[in-house]
Amino acid sequence: MEPSKLIQEYFRDANLPHIWCPGCSHGIVTRAITKAIDELGMDKDNTVIVSGIGCSSRAPGYMAFNTVHTTHGRAIAFATGIKMSKPELDVIVITGDGDASAIGGNHLIHAARRNIDLTVIVFNNNIYGMTGGQYSPTTPTDAFGTTAPYGNIDQPFDILKLAEGAGATYTARGTAYHTKQLISYISKAIKHKGFSIVDAISVCPTYYGRRNKSGSGVQMMVWLKDNYVDVKVYDKLPEEKRAGKFVYGEFYEQERPEYTAEYQKIIDRLRGEV
Amino acid sequence: MSNKITLMQGNEACVQGALYAGYRFYAGYPITPSTEIAELSATELPKVGGKFIQMEDEIGGIAAAIGASIAGTKSMTATSGPGFSLKQENIGYAAMAQIPLVIVNVMRGGPSTGLPTQSAQADIMQAKYGSHGDYPMIALSPMSVRETFDLTVRCFNLAEKYRTPVMLMTDEVIGHLRERVVVPEPGELEIINRTTSEAGVLRPRPYEKQPGEIVPAMSVFGDGNRAHTTGLFYNETGFPSNSTDNAKIMLERIFNKVYDNVDDIVQVEEFELDDAEIAFVTFGSTSRVVKAAVKALRAEGIKAGMLRAITIWPSPEKQIRELAQKVDHIIVAEQNMGQYVREVQRIVEGQARVQHYGRGNGDLIKPQELVALVKEVEHGTK
Repeated sequence: MEPSKLIQEYFRDANLPHIWCPGCSHGIVTRAITKAIDELGMDKDNTVIVSGIGCSSRAPGYMAFNTVHTTHGRAIAFATGIKMSKPELDVIVITGDGDASAIGGNHLIHAARRNIDLTVIVFNNNIYGMTGGQYSPTTPTDAFGTTAPYGNIDQPFDILKLAEGAGATYTARGTAYHTKQLISYISKAIKHKGFSIVDAISVCPTYYGRRNKSGSGVQMMVWLKDNYVDVKVYDKLPEEKRAGKFVYGEFYEQERPEYTAEYQKIIDRLRGEV
Repeated sequence: MSNKITLMQGNEACVQGALYAGYRFYAGYPITPSTEIAELSATELPKVGGKFIQMEDEIGGIAAAIGASIAGTKSMTATSGPGFSLKQENIGYAAMAQIPLVIVNVMRGGPSTGLPTQSAQADIMQAKYGSHGDYPMIALSPMSVRETFDLTVRCFNLAEKYRTPVMLMTDEVIGHLRERVVVPEPGELEIINRTTSEAGVLRPRPYEKQPGEIVPAMSVFGDGNRAHTTGLFYNETGFPSNSTDNAKIMLERIFNKVYDNVDDIVQVEEFELDDAEIAFVTFGSTSRVVKAAVKALRAEGIKAGMLRAITIWPSPEKQIRELAQKVDHIIVAEQNMGQYVREVQRIVEGQARVQHYGRGNGDLIKPQELVALVKEVEHGTK
């Protein structure tokens, strides 16, 4: 079978097949990013994809752009240096829930605070997959992980509320099931001038699913379909129908001075005076 | 045009040297006694179109500096004490991914928070072995303010030439010392820039060395090379490889680019060694004390000398081995509880007696102590 046009154009097909497990939806999210890039007509040479460590962070190795696979939790910090050094580059960060909000949480909130023009896509599967299923900061309370054998007593993060509170200027959540919407949010996030973040809900049947009896990858996708509702619909639902529902959609969008542009003003001012 | 002569602090000389070398990006986190490097970088970099960012932590500081270097900008980060520990993981990343970077450590007393305002030379082994795994390190240690300028330039040159992180291991004494400095004119010191791949050319094997190259040319973001950088073992394509055969080859390359070029990288200063019977091996600020002691001993007719490692890593093995043939007794003077002495003992292999002299409590070694020590050695009491 001939690879799709998207694969031929945006993937390093010599590096495929990918390492992800059967039923994992990281591939869907990765495709959504390239689809958004394709729709935006972005220049591959001008696009940088930076990742941390974990299952999701292996994605850049398959993607035909300038790519950097960094250290655990540090993707946003590396990306900050890249963007500062060359603001003309479009810099996208691919990270996981643990990478972004546990070990990398400090970089996440401070990059959001600065409103530096990075686009962060969190492949959020609520678990540490690469190390075999330990609970992450987005694992629901009472769910099981190899390190939560009696049920998780932690409260999970809402990564978007965290980012918004820290100063992010575009936040949205999509799911691997609602791909059309996911692609449009990623597209808007990339176009947005400032710190943007898309929480991309992904499923991990191997490590989250097995331990939590969530079924196969397909069944977990059906669960996404049945339990996630568009925020616009959710807002109109009566209170009793909201229970147990999760929301996707765009949550926050604002214009605010962007960090590298503000720094450039300092350079221009100083150099004008010299 | 005559050279500019100015009174300058060591930390300031580091920034001026970096600017001279063409540095255009600083990312770091404030920490005593290195903070002046961040402050002056924040002031000076935007004037030349460069960028400064105060990151949220030490780890973010080195990560952003590596990121800027990957994107093609000469970058530096500076730290001290606990900050040096926090940076270690990403030092290994830069070594593995072969990213040029200058890391400045203005050493202070430790362990832990230790003695933030007191000097030490106690991060010497950490400089070489601090990150996990096997990798080589290049580290230079200045003994004066002017030499801080020169060695910062050299750090950038070596980082760019060998595609590797390079450390400037200075300390609180040199960092905060103010001295008269004759500032080099533009063009007076050599400046080396990394070799980069041809723009617009996709390279299937960006880590394949071309004939005549010491290291493969670096890809430049935005120039159409579209390469991959990773901290996993990678093969010549730049993509991860689990092959142990490949890992062997890549490790050897990372090591050999440094160890095959030791003669280019290693610099020492020899002082009064021609007829010396007893010698000090030392580095950095302690060299000033040792030099004074050697002069005092010579004035009394005692044949003492000094070998100063300007490059501390890789260590000057050849020079230390030659020294051990010449003298019976070597005193390794350093502001710590005994670190570089281990390296000297390893190299000397029992060919001379090797003794450590130093302490880690922040009290500087005094020349009189060294003079007294040598006299005791001469009289066979030590």
